[in-house]
Amino acid sequence: MINFFGIVGTLMAVIVLWAAVEPVHAMHIAEGILPMGWAVLWFLASLPLIVVGLRNLRIRSEKEPHLKALVGLVGAGVFIISCMPIPVPTAGTCSHPCGTGIAAILIGPTLSVVVSSVALTLQALFLAHGGLTTLGANTFSMGVAGSFAGYGIFVLARRLGASWVISAFLAGLISDWATYGVTAFILTGALHFEGSFWKMFVTICLAFTPTQIPLGILEGFVSAGAYSFIHSRRPEFLQMLAKGGAA
Amino acid sequence: MKKLVAGVIVALIVGTALGYFLQKDAKWVGTDEAVIEKFAKDAGRQPSEPFINVDQGDLLLFCFLVAGAVGGFIFGYRYRELFPPKSEPVERLPHV
Repeated sequence: MINFFGIVGTLMAVIVLWAAVEPVHAMHIAEGILPMGWAVLWFLASLPLIVVGLRNLRIRSEKEPHLKALVGLVGAGVFIISCMPIPVPTAGTCSHPCGTGIAAILIGPTLSVVVSSVALTLQALFLAHGGLTTLGANTFSMGVAGSFAGYGIFVLARRLGASWVISAFLAGLISDWATYGVTAFILTGALHFEGSFWKMFVTICLAFTPTQIPLGILEGFVSAGAYSFIHSRRPEFLQMLAKGGAA
Repeated sequence: MKKLVAGVIVALIVGTALGYFLQKDAKWVGTDEAVIEKFAKDAGRQPSEPFINVDQGDLLLFCFLVAGAVGGFIFGYRYRELFPPKSEPVERLPHV
């Protein structure tokens, strides 16, 4: 009972303190920026992976009864992390990590796509962070690109013999950079019109650089720290990785 | 490793504080405003108002309190599913 009220109280205190801060928007593409055709295209690109993720959730939760609760917890983490503005002195702007790298390691990339889409939907509905028409594009950049890039580099690094701390660091780093790289790609595709695609793409990537290079490194450390903490305190959460079930 | 992480955290905090004083003119806007909306405006696309705007008065705070209460209740109700009592030590994990 004490635990229950302690958790509820802590959660509410964190949420109230966080809500008292003026909302700051970061990577998400805002409502109305993408022309409707492009918005629909990115919805269609994201939808199959969300469907596969939901199917995986159903199948895996029959074998692992704790999975749904863990997915909910990871989803809450992705929601908070992808809203949290962090000031970056090198750029004089704020940006946020994505959390999809560590999420993909813990629950698998397809489930990470699902939790990202839920987090982005809530942010679009209640925080004016992103938008409903741009939900598909934001899900693709943060959910699909971030999750698969992070998970892919984690697996690759492990197979190449890197330690798990380095692998988790790389997952956080690459998932962050992949998210912003794909955001630049989506924007360029929709907005370059008759201009040079690659020139605009490189320009947007360079504009992200002062913020995202340090923030990506920070996300790498956060991912490595989170993985290290879970590995030492709750290693059973990582059993699905050992079973090869995090796909 | 712990010293390295602690060092990075301290460096980030000090860097942020220094940056705040060195770049007082910076408004600390999000990268969406500094980058995405800038390029969108250059291309003739303006961000539109959100379909549902709860950022009015205390409405946002109310939404977060309700969401926090509901989320906290569910989290507490399913606490044992998430953190089951330890039964036996887990074998060394191969980490993929």
